[in-house]
Amino acid sequence: MLKDQVALITGASRGIGREIALTFASKGAKVVVNYSGSEAKAQEVVDQIVANGGEAIKIKANVSNEADVKAMVKETVKAFGSLDVLVNNAGITRDNLLMRMSEADFDDVIDINLKGVFLCTKAVTRQMMKQRSGRIINVSSVVGVSGNAGQANYVSAKAGVIGLTKTTAKELAARNILVNAIAPGFIATDMTDELTEEQKEQMLALIPLNKLGKAEDVANVALFLASEQANYVTGQTIQVDGGMVM
Amino acid sequence: MSETFEKVKQIVVDRLDVDEDKVTLEASFKEDLEADSLDVVELVMELEDEFDMEIADEDAEKIATVGDAVTYIDSNQ
Repeated sequence: MLKDQVALITGASRGIGREIALTFASKGAKVVVNYSGSEAKAQEVVDQIVANGGEAIKIKANVSNEADVKAMVKETVKAFGSLDVLVNNAGITRDNLLMRMSEADFDDVIDINLKGVFLCTKAVTRQMMKQRSGRIINVSSVVGVSGNAGQANYVSAKAGVIGLTKTTAKELAARNILVNAIAPGFIATDMTDELTEEQKEQMLALIPLNKLGKAEDVANVALFLASEQANYVTGQTIQVDGGMVM
Repeated sequence: MSETFEKVKQIVVDRLDVDEDKVTLEASFKEDLEADSLDVVELVMELEDEFDMEIADEDAEKIATVGDAVTYIDSNQ
């Protein structure tokens, strides 16, 4: 489905990003595994792709740093000759009640989860405009739609990503660059492992399908959005949340 | 007629699909050559590649006519 497409996936050493990288590679994409801290885990993803006969490299970059991001995009184009799909997946959490949330915790999350999407999008646009084609897939969150107590920073960023997706979709449609967002619900990853049992039970009670999602459930929707199957879809946010928010 | 102008003119003709004789130094990209803002951004990107230079966003915003582009390139190369 993605034969010879070059896909850059941010935050791809773990969780949903890792799954998207593996899925895209299994469908023929050449994958750039971006990471900021976990080099060993990023290498594992690359090794796994290569072992399965695919092509992948890893690039370290902090998505909230413009110089890092520009260098990463340059390196990608140098390594693979084009850049067809960007998946803005890198994200962090610094949960706390609003009353207890520090300014630094707010800023850190906005920097990575929202500004990072802006910077990466801006950096790949030049290449995609030249190619007259491209796909940008932003990983938002269902809490960006519904709100969530204890995540003022994260929710603000994820809601911001949905607005950014729509705006970017409008600006770049004329150049055949399609921009969509995925809003995962409660997906079993390292990030959700940090939640307490009580929090997990409360969330399960809100999910009509009554189970956690898997990273591959999100990766499959990302694959659809990156593929030719989604040629007439742009500016949308697709919830992958087991019906949690309707 | 300068070499820079000739090169710029060629890029403008290709990119904006306009007649060569419309591309004068005085021609405004948006008004005379019917470029939209995205076209202008793209044009600036191509000029950067062609002349192997970086045009800062704040400078790019000031480039309104073909002559502006030629002058900028000649004085920054």
